[in-house]
Amino acid sequence: MRAPESDLPLVLDGVSLKAGATTLLRDISLTIAPGVPCLIVGPNGSGKTSLLRLCMGLTAPTGGRITWGGRTDPAPTRRAFVFQRPVMLRRAASGNVTYALAQAGTPRWQRAPRAKALLQRVGLADLAHRPARLLSGGEQQRLALARALARDPEILLLDEPTANLDPAATRAVEEIVMSAAQSGIKIVMASHDLGQVRRLVGEVIFLARGTLCERAATNDFLDHPSTAEARAFLRGDLVV
Amino acid sequence: MAFRRLSVALALLGSLAASIATSSAEDRSIVVASTTSTQDSGLFGYLLPIFKAKTGIDVKVIAQGTGQALDTARRGDADVVFVHAKPQEERFVADGFGVKRFDVMYNDFVLIGPKSDPAGVKGKDIVTALKAIEAKGAPFVSRGDRSGTHAAELALWIVAGIDIASAKGAWYREIGQGMGAALNTASAMNAYVLSDRGTWISFKNRGDLDIVVEGDKRLFNQYGVMLVNPEKHPGVKKELGQTFVDWLISPEGQSAIAGYKIDGQQLFFPNADKSGG
Amino acid sequence: MPDHLSALQLILAGDPALFAIVRLSLGVSIAAVALAAAVGMPMGALLALTHFPGRPVLVVLLNAMMGLPPVVVGLALYLLLSRSGPLGTFGILFTPAAMVVAQTVLIFPIIAALTRQTIEDLWAEYRDELNAMHVGPIGRMTTLLWDARFSLITALLAGFGRAAAEVGAVMIVGGNIDGFTRTMTTTVALETSKGNLPLAMGLGAILIVLVLAINAAAWGTRIWSQRLTG
Repeated sequence: MRAPESDLPLVLDGVSLKAGATTLLRDISLTIAPGVPCLIVGPNGSGKTSLLRLCMGLTAPTGGRITWGGRTDPAPTRRAFVFQRPVMLRRAASGNVTYALAQAGTPRWQRAPRAKALLQRVGLADLAHRPARLLSGGEQQRLALARALARDPEILLLDEPTANLDPAATRAVEEIVMSAAQSGIKIVMASHDLGQVRRLVGEVIFLARGTLCERAATNDFLDHPSTAEARAFLRGDLVV
Repeated sequence: MAFRRLSVALALLGSLAASIATSSAEDRSIVVASTTSTQDSGLFGYLLPIFKAKTGIDVKVIAQGTGQALDTARRGDADVVFVHAKPQEERFVADGFGVKRFDVMYNDFVLIGPKSDPAGVKGKDIVTALKAIEAKGAPFVSRGDRSGTHAAELALWIVAGIDIASAKGAWYREIGQGMGAALNTASAMNAYVLSDRGTWISFKNRGDLDIVVEGDKRLFNQYGVMLVNPEKHPGVKKELGQTFVDWLISPEGQSAIAGYKIDGQQLFFPNADKSGG
Repeated sequence: MPDHLSALQLILAGDPALFAIVRLSLGVSIAAVALAAAVGMPMGALLALTHFPGRPVLVVLLNAMMGLPPVVVGLALYLLLSRSGPLGTFGILFTPAAMVVAQTVLIFPIIAALTRQTIEDLWAEYRDELNAMHVGPIGRMTTLLWDARFSLITALLAGFGRAAAEVGAVMIVGGNIDGFTRTMTTTVALETSKGNLPLAMGLGAILIVLVLAINAAAWGTRIWSQRLTG
């Protein structure tokens, strides 16, 4: 369907981001390649959302360079994004998915069956005709996942998708994310929930005050954090 | 796709509405620029169906003050002019905008005023009456719109020896509107006002007003009709327009005009003279 | 229209002249709304989604034009459409078509300006999501217009209300010709000038009821379809 271009590896080279006088991210160099889920961890305000937006190409860096599969064009060819508070289009659940399919270039005749399969995959088949805005928070987040998966992404970026959800809804979302990871999609997900980090085992990128402090396998990070900031964060101290 | 459906619906709606809006358009029609007095008095409502039945021609009347009606015709936006200010009409023809002017009919002006008659003019001649109104400063409503009635009123002030431009004060209200609006204003203010008899007879909102001066030969009000010159404006519908002019001054048209009555009162008196004038 | 009848009697008697006037009024106003929407909505959306030098000036201008004096618009169009004017060859002065043009000019700024505001607000909400789905400029416009459809109904109604209630412009370019370009509002003006105040008031009441009914219908449609689509 799409051109066989790849967005991987995603490379950040000395990237920084400033908003006015405030530095949001400072000199970040990072390569994201196919493999296990990558969790971006850090306290509120550490720059997780900014980093994800840079990776998606939604924001341009004020310094440094980002490339996707070697290309500098930020057009999201094989990437998809799930926001903390997804915006539901004013259509039915199925309409939201077919819209995303259409934008991803899916031929018209394939859209209905693929939308049906995607809704099945996120457990919303029964709610296909419900107006998306009338779905619950957890259902909306799952619909956002279906929309993201409709893009047939290589990289799926998620910005604390479960921050506003109850445990049952959180579990449903995590299961969808894990099954996506198993199907070969590279997961890059921000989280400040250590339980979630433990469950979605893979690797951790730890941010504090806009700086990349450490990057390690999940268990290594949780058991032997190498920086003071990470140790404080894991202890539950307030890291400013 | 949903959006496309919306725009198709909009387009359909638009063409439907446009077809409704223009469905009554016909080819055999002329535009006549005329005065508010002929329209407000109901004369056209009576005459035009008779004319249409005979000729099949639709007459579309734009009712304006005489001055504005002549302007409309000067721009070529009317086929025929039917107004009542002879000097202006004669200049219109002399300037080449009209083909030829014909007398059609007359009625007369009447001075309307409150029944209490604060200026004490009832039954006087028009010149004495105007002098008294000016002397007493009694409220007077003027059309102030370059209409035929306005022109007649200004001429009467001159006859009365009053330079209205310098004499006018708070008592003299120029409203710049049609005959009906002037009567409404006079009714609300209990003021004097000069009106054509036809509009007065058919006027409903009289309040405390009544005729105070009438029958003076200086109150004579002559209507004339002319075809707009096709040489100036090629768009003028020459044959259809001429048919209307000819019918108005024909015995048949003349008796139709005489036949228009409200409560038994004849409003207009035909006086066409086929030689033109 | 017979002078001696009240407006109520005219309705009850199904007076054909009255119905022709109502039909013309609605036809002209609806045609003007459709035309103004067909141009004004995409233009409003375009203005909401693009940035260029002079854009703020254009936005202010468009907002100010919502208050265009109908008489001035009527006069300007009269001079344009007059047989002596630059567009005189079309011969549409004193026809319903001229009235449609006048009302379109009057309500285009209303629809365009309200659309711009609505789309700009919605774009602030949708921007990230649509960018993440890689939606192009045309797709943005159509998506936002479609998703704002319930709010845009209000813009259409505002335009319709202005068109239906307007008298200055249609009087000048239509000429208030009996049975041809006489609308509800010009009839009210005419009957007022004839001193026929009860009939004028009655016709005014009919006009208000019609506008009210159309607004109620649009509102009902909005509530109903919003319940279906969220």
